Amino acid sequence: MIRVVRLGLSRGLIELRQTVSSGTDLFGYFLPAVFLVIALIWMRDSTIPGTEFALGAHSLVGSMAMLIVISGLMSMMQYLTMDREDGTLLRAKATPNGMTGYLIGKIVLVAGVAVISCLFVLVPGLFLVDGLTLGADGLLVLLWLVPLAFLATMPLGAVLGALFENPRQASLMMLPIIGLTAVSGVFYPITALAGWVQGVAQVFPVYWLGLGLRSAFLPDALVAAELGGTWRHLETFGVLAAWSVAGLALAPGILRRMARRESGSAVAARRERAMTRMTV
Amino acid sequence: MNETVLAGEAGVGRGVPIDEAVIEVRDLRMSYGPKEVLTGVDFTAHRGEVLVLLGPNGAGKTTTIEILEGFRRRSGGAVRVLGVDPEQGAEQWRARLGVVLQSWRDHSKWKVRELLEHLGAYYSVYSTADRPRPWPVDELLEVVGLTESAGTKIARLSGGQRRRLDVAIGIVGHPELLFLDEPTVGFDPEARREFHDLVHRLTDVDETTIMLTTHDLDEAEKLADRILILSGGRIAAAGSADELSRQVSGETEIRWTRDGQRFVHSAAEATGFVRELFRQHGDAIGDLEVRRSSLEETYMKLVREAEGSAR
Repeated sequence: MIRVVRLGLSRGLIELRQTVSSGTDLFGYFLPAVFLVIALIWMRDSTIPGTEFALGAHSLVGSMAMLIVISGLMSMMQYLTMDREDGTLLRAKATPNGMTGYLIGKIVLVAGVAVISCLFVLVPGLFLVDGLTLGADGLLVLLWLVPLAFLATMPLGAVLGALFENPRQASLMMLPIIGLTAVSGVFYPITALAGWVQGVAQVFPVYWLGLGLRSAFLPDALVAAELGGTWRHLETFGVLAAWSVAGLALAPGILRRMARRESGSAVAARRERAMTRMTV
Repeated sequence: MNETVLAGEAGVGRGVPIDEAVIEVRDLRMSYGPKEVLTGVDFTAHRGEVLVLLGPNGAGKTTTIEILEGFRRRSGGAVRVLGVDPEQGAEQWRARLGVVLQSWRDHSKWKVRELLEHLGAYYSVYSTADRPRPWPVDELLEVVGLTESAGTKIARLSGGQRRRLDVAIGIVGHPELLFLDEPTVGFDPEARREFHDLVHRLTDVDETTIMLTTHDLDEAEKLADRILILSGGRIAAAGSADELSRQVSGETEIRWTRDGQRFVHSAAEATGFVRELFRQHGDAIGDLEVRRSSLEETYMKLVREAEGSAR
């Protein structure tokens, strides 16, 4: 088993290296940073309501929550549907222990892509906003928060990836995810939204990940701008853990079903459909 | 020898005894909804044999192979591949198979050597004394003629190179049984020739059993120890190319010239006919040609017969 984990790790690192040496991919990770910088410049005089603190720091941290969730859900989903279409998944199936190695590799790749995307917004952001701090406490929070966020999103992303027929269909999921992000208080404090919207947002991981990241990166005094005036670490852990459990409970069965259905003719048929769509 | 093999991980890669069947198929049935594709397929493959599966499109060649590969569940019948039911095949069973499908487009961002090394590594624990796994990558690249492309991104390979890479991946685990689905489509004559040499090497040196499908009858005749003709959902005929042509009650074609004139005659018993020919005309006979019906003729006839009886 350790051997297969190691193979999966090396697989993930190889694919990570491929993605960071691809211009198109890099551009994709860099684009959010460009938008964020524009937004930060735009809002440089705004403050978090009820405080003297710059709103920019809040939005910067929030955008990292969004990037992590998008990687965990969307990227995982896209990779899975793409790899199913081009036969990469079938190749994994034809290799002994290949499926396990494949999934571990994808986890490494998605986590790596999420961290890279976050660094791309964090680094320029540091020059543009004041007040970001990361102490030992904050670091400790990140150590449980970020892995837990991956755990809450990646298995679900994989499940969605298994359910969608192809990458074109899967990209439809982008809309609800963006919508969810918009109501989760990542760019602007959630306290400004209607009560029922706040309630809905608190069911999903984006809000909690944003809250956790703010607790790590923003000064403690800013807790005043949060719901209930506390960082609610316990609740954060609870909600993210609940999503993790749900995802981990669903994923193995659904992924196994997806793997079972893979065959040469299934890949060929999918390819055929993709081709007709292109020519029509 | 056997003891060192058995000392390895329990039950892993214990070679199939020489006379034991590598593939055993009894009354294999497959239907998709109400449509019956396979209606009772029977055949056996022995160690080191090359089996070629021929048949018109839609005859169920790919379905049959996918069932044997463990990629598809059958509707009925008994199947054993390397002594295991493919539906129950565990990873250690999987490690003893090689699979080359019709069209792969996977791992396009990887480099050739990178991918072979990565995929090969999955097989290392299944290595045995008589079958070291994986196949060393340098040697493998040499065997399939991709040494020069080792550092090339897979997306940039030509069609023929890509196909050779697929074959390399299929054999990187040093399989005891290799499935090849139309392996030489898109090969130029030279690549085809090299591929045929590779198949001979695999069966002669490594005793690999090979099951392949093709539409190229010439290729089937060159490679096959046994040809199976799949038609009407069952094996319509089986045997070497020679046996098949006999089976079709082959009229043999005899051509000759006498006194500057050409003659053509079809006879069931060619040897007797020719003897009689020489007895009558002796030295007057020239340009003698005796041709048993070609595999193509045999194939067409068998398929037509099978389709006729199915109706």
